Amino acid sequence: MGVTREDVLHIAELARLGVDSARADELTRELSSILEHMEVLSQVDTSTIAPTAGVGAGGTPLRTDDRVAPLMEGTLESFAPSMRDGFFIVPRLATHEDPTESSA
Amino acid sequence: MTPEEFTTAGAAAISAAVRAGKVTPSETVKAAFERARAIGAGKDALNIFLHADEAASIEEAKSMHERVQSAADIGILAGVPVAIKDNIASLGLPTTCGSRILADYVSPFEATAVSRLRAHGALVVAKTNMDEFAMGSSTENSAFGPTRNPHDVRYVAGGSSGGSAAAVAAGITPIALGSETGGSVRQPAAFCGVVGVKPTYGRVSRYGLVAFASSLDQIGVVGRRVDDAAIALEAIAGFDKMDSTSSDADVPIYRLSALGKPAPLAREPDTEAMRIGRSPVPLPPPPDATTLEGVVIGKPREYFPESLDEGIRDLCERALDRFRSMGATIRDVSLPRSPLAVPVYYILAPAEASSNLARFDGVRYGLRVDPARGLKAMYETTRSQGFGREVTRRILLGTYVLSAGYYDAYYKKAQAVRTLIADDFRAVFNSGVHAIFTPTTPTPAFTVGAISDPYEMYLNDIFTVTANLAGVPAISVPIGRLRRLPVGGQIITAHFDEYSMFRVAYALEASLGDEAHQ
Amino acid sequence: MKTERYEMVVGLEVHVQLKTRTKAFCGCSTDFGAPPNVNTCPVCLALPGALPVLNERAVQLAVRAALGLGCAVNPVSVFARKNYFYPDLPKGYQISQFDQPLATGGAIVVGQTEDGKAVQIGITRLHMEEDAGKSIHDRYPGSTAIDLNRSGVPLIEIVSEPDIQSSAQAGAYLRTLKQILQYLDVSDVSMEEGSLRVDANISVRPPGQTKLGTKTEVKNMNSFSAVERALEAEYARQCALLDSGGKVEQQTLLWDGARESVRPSRTKEGSHDYRYFPEPDLRPLLLDQGWINDARKNLPELPEARRTRLTQELGIAAAEIDQLMATPALVEYFESVARASRDPKAAFNWVMGEVSAALRVSGEEIDRFRVRPADLAQLITLVKDGTISHTAAKRVFALMVETGKPAAQIAADEGLAQVGDDGALAGWVDEVLQEHPDEAKRYLAGEKKLQGVLVGFVMKKSKGRADPRRVNQLLSSRGG
Repeated sequence: MGVTREDVLHIAELARLGVDSARADELTRELSSILEHMEVLSQVDTSTIAPTAGVGAGGTPLRTDDRVAPLMEGTLESFAPSMRDGFFIVPRLATHEDPTESSA
Repeated sequence: MTPEEFTTAGAAAISAAVRAGKVTPSETVKAAFERARAIGAGKDALNIFLHADEAASIEEAKSMHERVQSAADIGILAGVPVAIKDNIASLGLPTTCGSRILADYVSPFEATAVSRLRAHGALVVAKTNMDEFAMGSSTENSAFGPTRNPHDVRYVAGGSSGGSAAAVAAGITPIALGSETGGSVRQPAAFCGVVGVKPTYGRVSRYGLVAFASSLDQIGVVGRRVDDAAIALEAIAGFDKMDSTSSDADVPIYRLSALGKPAPLAREPDTEAMRIGRSPVPLPPPPDATTLEGVVIGKPREYFPESLDEGIRDLCERALDRFRSMGATIRDVSLPRSPLAVPVYYILAPAEASSNLARFDGVRYGLRVDPARGLKAMYETTRSQGFGREVTRRILLGTYVLSAGYYDAYYKKAQAVRTLIADDFRAVFNSGVHAIFTPTTPTPAFTVGAISDPYEMYLNDIFTVTANLAGVPAISVPIGRLRRLPVGGQIITAHFDEYSMFRVAYALEASLGDEAHQ
Repeated sequence: MKTERYEMVVGLEVHVQLKTRTKAFCGCSTDFGAPPNVNTCPVCLALPGALPVLNERAVQLAVRAALGLGCAVNPVSVFARKNYFYPDLPKGYQISQFDQPLATGGAIVVGQTEDGKAVQIGITRLHMEEDAGKSIHDRYPGSTAIDLNRSGVPLIEIVSEPDIQSSAQAGAYLRTLKQILQYLDVSDVSMEEGSLRVDANISVRPPGQTKLGTKTEVKNMNSFSAVERALEAEYARQCALLDSGGKVEQQTLLWDGARESVRPSRTKEGSHDYRYFPEPDLRPLLLDQGWINDARKNLPELPEARRTRLTQELGIAAAEIDQLMATPALVEYFESVARASRDPKAAFNWVMGEVSAALRVSGEEIDRFRVRPADLAQLITLVKDGTISHTAAKRVFALMVETGKPAAQIAADEGLAQVGDDGALAGWVDEVLQEHPDEAKRYLAGEKKLQGVLVGFVMKKSKGRADPRRVNQLLSSRGG
């Protein structure tokens, strides 16, 4: 399965990576070459094998529903690129994107 | 202690001297900084340190001195200077992960592992250089230049924890923290002629370790000698309620492992209480490491291929002879799916990384580049300017293997093969083998700029990555020199059996003595 | 249900905020209305190196909700990352559940068919996830302001089967779902406050066809009636499209309440590849089957079951039950009174009458109301056994609210004990007939309807103490 230039531009957009035209060609070659090495896995019979969900036994630990003051020094302003009146500020979505869509 | 002695003394000796009042923490810190200057730890020379603040460290050392004098709780690392890899959050110094995207970021909270070191009395003197976001095997992927190997500056220090390995190899600190995802502590330790440990997955809290691949990452320790690594691991290991993947398995006193007796515990189960003490309650005596009677050591054929460098093979065979001479049995074993490990790793790690690195978007912290064309452009410009080539490559690879239509063929497949790789280790350890011995790396260090093909660089991890995939603990110990460059031998044991891992490592180190560095 | 050229097929996805004190994966407060970004920490800010730890109360409430909706709770469920970029999603992914959700296979009864069969809407799944923060556009020109107080608040997502066949049924589903979740006390379920949010999936097909048509997703409805109107509008649009020979395209549409219409979302389609994979920072959620069984046993009584029980055990009529059920706490109170007094009818009248009125005046909640069920039951009993008259009882009640004293004591103190002694009663009757000669004459001449008026006069004269039943009898026997 080769990776095409269109693939690279599409996944770059999914990953918000801003890849320019020249770099896209280079990356297409690099990714194709790397993925060739992965082909060997398709020959392994894993039909009866459960994928590893992660190392370690037992279920996820649970925390009690008690408020905890965060162990954090300083204010958000000390590392935030842009804040105003306590909000993080980002550039507006460009006009072609919908402002009324909420995230969740 | 003379300044010269500081560059070779073990953490136990330094800590004992501090607790006995023979040396002050300020002296140990000053010695570390003097050595750093003498060896050239700054960016114009070896480029080991990314950030250090000598004045602040001296201040801290003074407070530590008061703690020691007032018989307050001080732990097993009293007054010992340590270096921390720059992807581990620490207060007071930046945490950049070797990346432009976090170039000025100072974390408002500290990693649990670092807090535990400080609780035991250690003094953080520097943040060390690394491959950007821990992606690399040479520290050439740092946005701030490569770290040079202290044994020969033409060569790389290895990666991604190159700075931490070099700090210890250069005699600046006896202990450093690094991180492991595919071999990133063991490989640079081998290249730099020091000891490097990857603990069992879940042994050490990941809270505060900037995530690369969450199901593989662990904080690891680099030490001048096995004893230093054993003390450091004891200090930081154990359950952390802030990390849902950390284990509540007991933490033994690893230093006592060479005695081969059942492992006493480092602290009471279920508590954060440290073993504390000050003279006249001494630290355990140095271990007596001369026998491996009854120990079975496996030699997996897949790690000794026909193509293995002759020099490396000879040094490994010498190590195996030493094991035999101490009473161990060497058994030929097989870990048949090991050749699949690099493809599996380079699907799973980039996949998790592509998700873990999505938070670097210029919104709440770190670099923001805003070309005034709206939010999407801000994301894309920030990330393309903030991330280097290898990181960009891996994020794309990871996004691709998770994307619609490819998830089953790549990600899900790799997770299944991962189970097979882990099964190989289980089978060997269940067959009566206590430890597995392999070379740590296929070659010694290479020169800066020697490897440009990404996959060729990935093959540096060929012997180390299986332990990360299976979650088992592994240590690299110096076993000699090849063309005057250090070579490491790797010891791997079963989950949470660091005790046996240290036992075999102590024995090998004691047996080789100075030959390990010749 | 109207007969149309096309059938409406609707599935609803409802997001519900769980009423925990802290967030799903960190110890930050979930309190509403705090200044921006004060309820944050490294975890919900997604600072480098932070990790999630699951809130046990969120699990308890999610399981309670799942059981209350008739779902099967899976002893093993797995968290997954849903990856996308948005400024109020700090990690660049949402921790949710995908392949192995917390619960599957429930149902809600939304009504009855003409022949008395229950109409059920199936629930496909219920899973746990975390909320995102809030994005406020144009508060500052050209910018978006981000508040992460809401980021990490625990949610459950409830996905219905595409069983809903009309906008009215959608409304019924939502109202019933809301009531059940209120009874279970797992959420405030307020659309106004944002603790309940609805997205709809709708398609149409010719009657009788089993294959589903292409569905569109409708978002941005902020009330149940908006959901109903949005579904009607989109149904009309899809029908018109098909009638004119067009094809329905899969897309996301936003309800515009001001214009009463749907319009396409302007975000590019196909840009949502969420790249789900199991969350490596959390191990699977393991629930002991015994614990699940206990949780099912300990569920608060659900509205349907309560309705049935009240009808069967206490003989309350359906319309009256609906009135009571509107406030879960009121139903509890009513039931306690009904059982203690053994007079459901009287209990109903008092609770819907005097008690409700008193609560309206004071503005307090029923659980803070001074007159406890046992006290009211005592009052009812006093009336029933003739100790005080109904009229007097109202006065006693008012004093109970005011002073907090028990009914019997107030009746005694105020001398409101009903007088049943015929001698006294006869005396009062005589006085009233004398004082109101006009009415007396007409009543005795045969105008029976004046009896009530005369009884009223006797009650007034006796300061409510006369036994009205006996008074009626005495008057009747005087003639007329």
